[in-house]
Amino acid sequence: MEQTGKIIYLDNAATTPVSGPVLDAMLPYFSQHYGNPSSVYGIARQSKEALDAARTQVAAALNCLPEEVFFTGCGSESDNWAVKGIAHKLAAQGKRHLITTSIEHHAILHSMAELEKEGFEVTYLPVDADGLVSPDQVRAAIRPDTALVSVMYANNEIGTVEPVAEIGAVCREAGVLFHTDAVQAAGTLKINVQAQKIDALSLSAHKFNGPKGVGALYLKKGLRLPNLIDGGGQENGRRAGTENVAGIVGLGKALELANAQLAEKAVHLEKLRDYVIRTVRQSIPNVKLNGHPTRRLPGNVNLSFEGIEGEGMLLLLDMKGVCASSGSACTSGSLDPSHVLLAIGLPHEIAHGSLRLTFGPQNTMEDAQAACSALQEIIPRLRAMSPVWDKIEKGEAKPLLG
Amino acid sequence: MQYSAKVMDHFSNPRNVGEIADADGVGEVGNPTCGDIMKMYLKIDGGRITDVKFKTFGCGAAIATSSIATEMIKGKSVDEALQLSNKAVIEALDGLPPVKVHCSVLAEQAVKAALSDYYRRQGVDPEPIVGKLVEDCHACEAAGCGAPQ
Repeated sequence: MEQTGKIIYLDNAATTPVSGPVLDAMLPYFSQHYGNPSSVYGIARQSKEALDAARTQVAAALNCLPEEVFFTGCGSESDNWAVKGIAHKLAAQGKRHLITTSIEHHAILHSMAELEKEGFEVTYLPVDADGLVSPDQVRAAIRPDTALVSVMYANNEIGTVEPVAEIGAVCREAGVLFHTDAVQAAGTLKINVQAQKIDALSLSAHKFNGPKGVGALYLKKGLRLPNLIDGGGQENGRRAGTENVAGIVGLGKALELANAQLAEKAVHLEKLRDYVIRTVRQSIPNVKLNGHPTRRLPGNVNLSFEGIEGEGMLLLLDMKGVCASSGSACTSGSLDPSHVLLAIGLPHEIAHGSLRLTFGPQNTMEDAQAACSALQEIIPRLRAMSPVWDKIEKGEAKPLLG
Repeated sequence: MQYSAKVMDHFSNPRNVGEIADADGVGEVGNPTCGDIMKMYLKIDGGRITDVKFKTFGCGAAIATSSIATEMIKGKSVDEALQLSNKAVIEALDGLPPVKVHCSVLAEQAVKAALSDYYRRQGVDPEPIVGKLVEDCHACEAAGCGAPQ
């Protein structure tokens, strides 16, 4: 739907705009410093140095060594490489059991499903109503043949932040490798792979105002996985292919900038997040906040509205210039709503009525206010044509959300 | 996924939203589990549909297909309304994305459910006239009329 006027972009968990300083850092690497980092002459050395600098920036942000950082094409690639690589490596030692959660991103869940087809056994830990998995659940699920525990750092839909350090400690004690999909956390939360006892971690540049098409995988020193791409010696020979130099420069710069301002960013995002949650709850009846009330990403709002379906909300919001997302079936391309919303125990009809608004550093309080005003108009409009809401209003059906 | 201008028009300015208190036939199809419910009300006078209203819980396509279906049967005879097909609904909307085809089936079924209720109220068994209804989205999907990706 075409719409004119200001765009209010509130889907920063999907992707973010590349920031000015990041773009400036990247631009010289397209047509000025275009040398192949594997070559020996001057302009190639500039490219090689830029890769090294970016690796150092990532290492500083994660508190690891530069040689423990591998650049990839995206967060999904990092997830696939970590999960399948560790599974295949440890299968040789007879370890064919993997542990993950029921709310992971599909990059993890579908990788696990592929491994199941190969004969691996996977335990999918359930989460509580707020989306949390406990270290005790992980401890209880670990077996002598467990190769890997993969638990996401923070959930992309409901924003719940998992107890990563505690799970890392459980895994280290049991001698089991621990991977975390930190795609939503990197550049937003303070990560320390040493203190949190993380053996492998995935991140993606475009989630923290870097470019699309570039990610990274941290692999603890000594954890040598099967090569992802065979070919040249790039990425220590494990992921061949000429590097996306400009993208990698952008990733390094974006992560460095984000990490330098974590506290300010969190204060700003939490102010917008809490304003929307408070305002919507005060002005619209039969609404529920999905995800943990406090252990949540600073920019994540996920609400379910009773009696309506998510896609209608998105279309009407779009007409007002507000970009958002939903976990409804109609937006997932199937008849089932989001697996995350079902995993936290929402009935299908409530999951269908979910709306996710995710703020970024570029958003303002005016954006948050505009989103609330739009919802105050849209929700009653959709409810007025809903037979489900009709029954609740007439007292013929009990509301699920009080 | 892109909706046609016609779908967006019917979604954002739906025709005939509401209910008819003294309806001669009321039909409801779909279920909240799969995310689409359509409820259709018919006022029928001398075998002709004189008024029609709907309420729909569902996506943009579900609302648009309900809206256009009401326009397509308003003023028509019961026999003509029985001929309304999901294909005609799709054509009238200048097409639907493949994953939304099931919404057009639901609109056709909502009309048929309301007509069945009308026949029942007349003491006539609707099944030989209207046929068996597909009232569930998963049944519709299994029948291959939806095309989820």
